[in-house]
Amino acid sequence: MCGIVGLLVKKPALRERLGELMVPMLIGMTERGPDSAGLAVFTDSLADSSRKISVYSGLTADGADFNWQALGHGIKTHLGIDAKVDAKGNHAVITVQSAAEPVKHWIKEQHPMLHLLSTGRSIDLYKDIGTPAEVADRYDFKHLKGSHLVGHTRMATESAVTPDRAHPFTAGEDFCLVHNGSLSNPNGIRRMLEPRGITFETDNDTEAACRFLEWRLREGDELEVALQKGFEELDGFYTFLMGTPDSLALIRDPFACKPAVVAETDDYVAIASEFRSLAHLPGVNHANVFEPAPEEMYVWKA
Amino acid sequence: MESLTFDLAQQALRDLNQYLHNEAKTASVKKVIVANPDGAHNIAVGLDCPVDVEVVGHAGYYAGGMNKTATVTINGSAGTGVAENMMSGKVHVKGFASNGAGASAHGGLLVIDGDAGLRCGISLKGGDIVVGGSVGSFSAFMAQAGRMVICGDAGDALGDSLYEAVLYVKGNIKSLGADAQIEPLTETDISALKELLSAAGPAFAEHDPKSFKRVASARSLYHWNADANQEY
Repeated sequence: MCGIVGLLVKKPALRERLGELMVPMLIGMTERGPDSAGLAVFTDSLADSSRKISVYSGLTADGADFNWQALGHGIKTHLGIDAKVDAKGNHAVITVQSAAEPVKHWIKEQHPMLHLLSTGRSIDLYKDIGTPAEVADRYDFKHLKGSHLVGHTRMATESAVTPDRAHPFTAGEDFCLVHNGSLSNPNGIRRMLEPRGITFETDNDTEAACRFLEWRLREGDELEVALQKGFEELDGFYTFLMGTPDSLALIRDPFACKPAVVAETDDYVAIASEFRSLAHLPGVNHANVFEPAPEEMYVWKA
Repeated sequence: MESLTFDLAQQALRDLNQYLHNEAKTASVKKVIVANPDGAHNIAVGLDCPVDVEVVGHAGYYAGGMNKTATVTINGSAGTGVAENMMSGKVHVKGFASNGAGASAHGGLLVIDGDAGLRCGISLKGGDIVVGGSVGSFSAFMAQAGRMVICGDAGDALGDSLYEAVLYVKGNIKSLGADAQIEPLTETDISALKELLSAAGPAFAEHDPKSFKRVASARSLYHWNADANQEY
């Protein structure tokens, strides 16, 4: 199973309430995905010269007691880069006024057990094992602000229940993907991408889809072109929901094996695996509620 | 008492279904209203008495499943498998229905005012389905008996490996499945269409029965054909 949720608010005032509106959506998908949860939120974009990196310390020996301030000092001392560290338990967002690569490289070298969740100018990413309510509480999801987000509740089938195999997956910068379903050719996709220098962090099937689509975007494909190539190359059951700094995108496999329902009003576009995750949204009784068709692309602009 | 309301925002779904399975058989209540369904699964499943149930909102999976003699009306949309395995009675979805609507229904009438998703009427075993909108791909796959009326379009592989069920389509058929073929409408078909459209409601009765195409099995898969070389 697994549950997906997505929310894009159309009015700037609602950006303050993004997290509050989304938490019941995520919790509504607990039966579909009780073992892990996560979400990526897209905030106002940093300046072109800055990057933020979401980092997870739950796999280190110190776990939630990880010394984030020391990490910030280390980046300053060794790289001469000022790093603002916004930490909460086993999670931190590190903002640097520099490119991300040298910082990520240094973190991986010094702290191989730190897991880098996302990189970009707009994306913050949180994911962990536990029920959706526990994960939402752990990271205070209800206070998240931003224009849109992509969330997931996981019932693992294709790889183990670990924080790094939870969704969303990311690749490159400011791109994330969540998946309900299972792919039948993830290893073929990996064998195609690895010789191109693309490295994988887990054995999870969704990571293959995420890296494939990000690779196409990085090669210059427009989102719609990349998604069309996804239809051609990715085999299996899927509803994919993707986030970029200015859009949410959704596709379903040609057999529509995995569900999705959309509710749209003048205020928001909300996407979930099932309507029960949308039922609490304000004005949903007057929303345009529909099921996205299989093998169609849906792109909503923030 | 004329009607009884179960508010699923306050009451458990199990309370509703247990009432419908037990007390409803002898109670004088004519109508049971389900408020705030909010996409809950298994609303009004397994009914076995002529009670009238109205769901005010969107239903989740399997609403009205296994229905026998009851009338279940859903004012909103229905999730996967609405009226699956229905035996008799009527299930009416006023919005759209998701995948597998009316799957394996043995009897009764399923009416969907809007569109139905993929695999509508899959393995139909004698029930009737009338869809006001369009149906998705692989609808009526291996349908064995019963009738399906589609007032809109049909997706890919309509009626693949049909047995004796008969399908009527007013709009375009994207593609027919293996062994399904379009056949001329007979007088029997026209009276069947009249009967089904009028049973579905006044809005349906406006469709001209003569404007439908009949799709039925060519019966070429009924017997093993060694010369087919596994190509159909």
